[in-house]
Amino acid sequence: MSTSNIELPAWIEILLIPILNILMALFFAGLIIFAIGENPIDAVRIMLNGAFGYDEGVGYTLYYTTNFIFTGLAVAIAFHARLFNIGGEGQAYIAGLGVGLAFLALDGVLPAFLLIPIGILAAALFGALWALIPAWLQAYRGSHIVITTIMFNFIASSLMVYLLVNVLIKPGSMSPETREFTEQSWLPFMHEVLGIFGIEVTRTPLNVSFILALVCCLLVWIYIWKTRWGYALRTAGQSEAAAIYAGIKPKRIIIITMSISGALAGLVAVNEIMGVHHRVILNFTAGYGFTGIAVALMGRNHPVGIIMASLLFGVLYQGGAELAFEMPKITREMVVAIQGLIILFSGALALMLRPVIVKIWLAIKPVPSAMQHG
Amino acid sequence: MDSLLNAQTLLSTLDATLRVSTPLILCAMAGLFSERSGIIDISLEGKMLFAAFAAGTLAAVTGSAWIALGSAIIISVLLSLLHGFACITNRGDQVVSGLAINVLASGLTIVLGIAWFSQGGQTPALASESRFMPLELPLIESIAQLPYVGPFMQSVISGHNLLVYVALLAVPVTWWIVYKTRFGLQLRAVGENPLAVDTAGISVSRLRYKAVVIAGILCGIAGTYLAIAQNAAFAREMTAGQGYIALAAMIFGKWRPVPALLACLMFGFLDAVSIRLQGVSLPGIGEVPVQLIQALPYILTVVLLAGFIGKAVAPKAIGVPFAKER
Amino acid sequence: MQHQQAKGEGKGLPLSSTPPPDYLASDTNPPGDQSLAIELRKISKRFGSVQANKDIDLKVERGTIHGIVGENGAGKSTLMSILYGFYQADKGEILINGKPAKIKSSRDAISAGIGMVHQHFMLVDTFSVLENVILGAEQSAMLKASEENAREALQQLSDEYQMSVPLDAPVGDLPVGQQQRTEILKALYRNAEILILDEPTGVLTPQEADQLFRVLQALKDRGVTIILITHKLREIMDVTDNVSVLRLGEIVATQRTADTSTTELAELMVGRKLQTQQFKKVDNPGGENGIAVHNLTVTDDRGLTRVDNVSFEVKRGEIVGIAGVAGNGQSTLLEVLAGIQSPDTGSFTINNHQANANSPITPKEMREIGVQHVPEDRLRLGLVKSFTAAESSVLGYQNRKRFNWRMFLNIRSIRAACKKLMQAFDVRPPDPKLRSSSFSGGNQQKLILARELDKSPSVLLVGQPTRGVDIGAIELIHQKIIEIRDANCAVLLVSVELDEIMTLSDRILVMFEGRIVGTMKGGEADKTTLGLMMANALDDAA
Repeated sequence: MSTSNIELPAWIEILLIPILNILMALFFAGLIIFAIGENPIDAVRIMLNGAFGYDEGVGYTLYYTTNFIFTGLAVAIAFHARLFNIGGEGQAYIAGLGVGLAFLALDGVLPAFLLIPIGILAAALFGALWALIPAWLQAYRGSHIVITTIMFNFIASSLMVYLLVNVLIKPGSMSPETREFTEQSWLPFMHEVLGIFGIEVTRTPLNVSFILALVCCLLVWIYIWKTRWGYALRTAGQSEAAAIYAGIKPKRIIIITMSISGALAGLVAVNEIMGVHHRVILNFTAGYGFTGIAVALMGRNHPVGIIMASLLFGVLYQGGAELAFEMPKITREMVVAIQGLIILFSGALALMLRPVIVKIWLAIKPVPSAMQHG
Repeated sequence: MDSLLNAQTLLSTLDATLRVSTPLILCAMAGLFSERSGIIDISLEGKMLFAAFAAGTLAAVTGSAWIALGSAIIISVLLSLLHGFACITNRGDQVVSGLAINVLASGLTIVLGIAWFSQGGQTPALASESRFMPLELPLIESIAQLPYVGPFMQSVISGHNLLVYVALLAVPVTWWIVYKTRFGLQLRAVGENPLAVDTAGISVSRLRYKAVVIAGILCGIAGTYLAIAQNAAFAREMTAGQGYIALAAMIFGKWRPVPALLACLMFGFLDAVSIRLQGVSLPGIGEVPVQLIQALPYILTVVLLAGFIGKAVAPKAIGVPFAKER
Repeated sequence: MQHQQAKGEGKGLPLSSTPPPDYLASDTNPPGDQSLAIELRKISKRFGSVQANKDIDLKVERGTIHGIVGENGAGKSTLMSILYGFYQADKGEILINGKPAKIKSSRDAISAGIGMVHQHFMLVDTFSVLENVILGAEQSAMLKASEENAREALQQLSDEYQMSVPLDAPVGDLPVGQQQRTEILKALYRNAEILILDEPTGVLTPQEADQLFRVLQALKDRGVTIILITHKLREIMDVTDNVSVLRLGEIVATQRTADTSTTELAELMVGRKLQTQQFKKVDNPGGENGIAVHNLTVTDDRGLTRVDNVSFEVKRGEIVGIAGVAGNGQSTLLEVLAGIQSPDTGSFTINNHQANANSPITPKEMREIGVQHVPEDRLRLGLVKSFTAAESSVLGYQNRKRFNWRMFLNIRSIRAACKKLMQAFDVRPPDPKLRSSSFSGGNQQKLILARELDKSPSVLLVGQPTRGVDIGAIELIHQKIIEIRDANCAVLLVSVELDEIMTLSDRILVMFEGRIVGTMKGGEADKTTLGLMMANALDDAA
């Protein structure tokens, strides 16, 4: 018997099942650690301590979290329009190009209060453009957006290598990166900001783009659920037929949504380049775009869920570094493996437990309410 | 420039083409089986990577190339079954499932590699007895004397390891299975119209499971090739996107074995030639950036998918979980 | 139900419609009758809250053509899907050639000698006819032997029954008639002794249909048992030996075809329900046209003509009902008038705005000019299942000023407006925050109707307003449609429910295969005549 159209109460659908899925993923992660010959419980303790035990750890955790919020939101907004954007990695990378071009041209000329907005806009714009091409190809040429965005990741990577090695490289330098931008273009670090208020914290890469990330969460939430554009986006994602009935153009939704998605992914460049590196370097995206998929799946494409999932991944990244230090047998890549498990259980196998839970629920549920057919 | 047109250089470039094309060919055939059955397989990369790790590990531990090959195939098939369990049994999203396998493989191979061997993710370097080594084709010495054909046979065709020939053989075998056998007929049908297959009294799930298992076997061979035939150890991330290139080649070949082979050879040739072209200026064009040549497979695939050069029509039922009950 | 059986008594077959003997209820079932190819005993199937089949008893004699007729949704296709192993019956028993059979999959059905020609062909378009035929019936692991074997066998079959098909052509390129032959050949190649055809002529030209019937006759002469599912009474009269009528999931009569008539079958099919509501009919409204359609033709993406050169008018203050069996073009017509599809040739004027293939009107513009549309498929078009009722209550109107404040949706005003709609149309429970999918069909429909009528349309397009709706809601929905007519709105109503058409319409048009084949005044319409028109069999019955 099919159980897919039996409705479950909201708390089971949006809390119990996702949590069980994550627990399954973490259980298997524990098994791996156990198989390597370490104690999973100790590992969790070390990770939590590494992530939250002292202020430097917290700073790093939130710095990673910032990237995941951006890429998680990027994947999530596309998901709401039933588009699968695997290209966050490439979009973030090309966004770095946007920031680089803008700053190489302007950083000695303009003051900070102009440079910083320009940098952010350039990141968003270039990220959006890199998503726009696959979107256009999907809407008007029928190419599969999953395949095109994958291809665009590789194309972005080749393009950036070429530009950094041959064009944008700091003259006379051997390493493929741009010159350092002037300090007017730097985003303030959090330890500097807090220092103004007399709060002394250790120096970490955490910068004000964390606040930008939280603002983006709010904006995305407003956009999707509180505006007519979000209404159109969700309608098109749920039912193309209903969208056409309602006078919404599905093709236009694809273009707009993917642009926003690419722009959000592009903001990773704000954190990484404007906030931390202050120059464009190779592979500054470091897989954050792919992690965004796990974050969105885990956070059920809701900004609140995404903040929590990003925080979890922040903990995994920062705590994972600590873990690699404390338990030499375990390396940072453990985080990547856990990410894979989370994509598996929260994504591909998200519905695995549902039939069982439906059966249990039907057996124990309270007397049916008055909401009967009729 | 002269050196490029030199016959010896050409032959060695073709030789290199065949070597770099081998994993592409195996993975493209793997993808073909899976996708012809209606299951999108972006996890070629992950399966190949995990298989390479298994082969490197087992070859180092047991010293036997054959045990390494066997275990690589087993690991890759297990990942295929996981993909099947998610997409066929649980009707999960095929792209998400494939991605999960890729990410999992990327992380876990390094974690386990470092935990077991403490060589920064590498497996120990292998002695030649525990690898697949180049084979001289029989009678090659006498053929080598023939004009044109001789040097080609000697430099390009002969002198590869067994798995290269397995890959080359995989193409006609795939073609034969897909077009000439009962299984192939059913495979092609289930990717186009699973309902028709179901009403003909054939189990859609069983057929799709068979297809993904075959894909697993082929990816297992591809991984083995990378770790213990082309190289002498597993290195972290050694697949380096080749699984995706193979996927692109298979799409470029429009889900057909022989065109997919040609696409693999073309992409392999681009790869082989890109190394030679580094810093070389072509007449009338100037210096072609290596990165452009490296990105060409992806660019060409995008252009093809957009319908600008021919039309690539995927199996009709691809990506759609089969649901019988209403 | 009861009196229908009584009506059939006397001329009904001795083996049908008789109340089941008591021993059937006991555990020891009686042996089956050897002369029957198929016997169904007490087959029941329920989908959620819908009882698709209820206690079906059916006996099909070997070597006959047995027709099964019934309106859309009467349960014909479900019954045949059970017989072919696609669904499992909740209870009941199937006997093939007198022996109990467990049919759990198509494989079981095939090995029991059952072949089926589905309404939507089960063919692989990219395959040749030959490949389609041998799929699943290969003799060995290699194709070559099977292909040669099948080629020979098919040659024989097509000679024997005069149905030649190009064996090596891709099926997707063949005309529908030849695709159907492929399906029949598939079944015969598998040695089917029982052949089920589900609405086989729905997609055929009259000539193709005649050829099909000749083939069926030849098959019958060679001892094949055929079950023909159709809603076309003329076909039943022409080719069947016996006929069973399904209504609302139950068999209401089984008769020898020779002993019945189209008129009787039409009555049995539609049943006689008590008219619960009587509305005043408007005769010859004098007003201007709300809708005027001129020679409209629409083809679908497969190239089939869905609407065929249709012309008619709907005056303001008038309800025009379009009757017809589902799939005869009325849905397409409605979508074209709503701006969702565009016509191929011809034009229409709607609320004084003209549209044709070159200058279509979009759904958005339709709403702006006062054309409101209650779509047929409410779950796919009319609302978004995962949205709250409030969100669904502005579908199509999401950009209107009253629902927005600057760049934001004004959730509060949307909820308030939804609440008002819910109260006016008695939507229960009246809670705008509930998910649209958690409302019953009737309440969903009332919400959609409320949303559209609230905009005071001057033209209203309504499709299947009471499909899957409970009795109480039906009355209210009908009342509201009459009210909007009396407010001088032009109403075009499409429904497959004849009762509904007759209750509401001031004028009735009957569509058959894309054409308008009959017109009646609402006050003068009778069900039998309409039923005959819907089957395009009016001349035959006369």
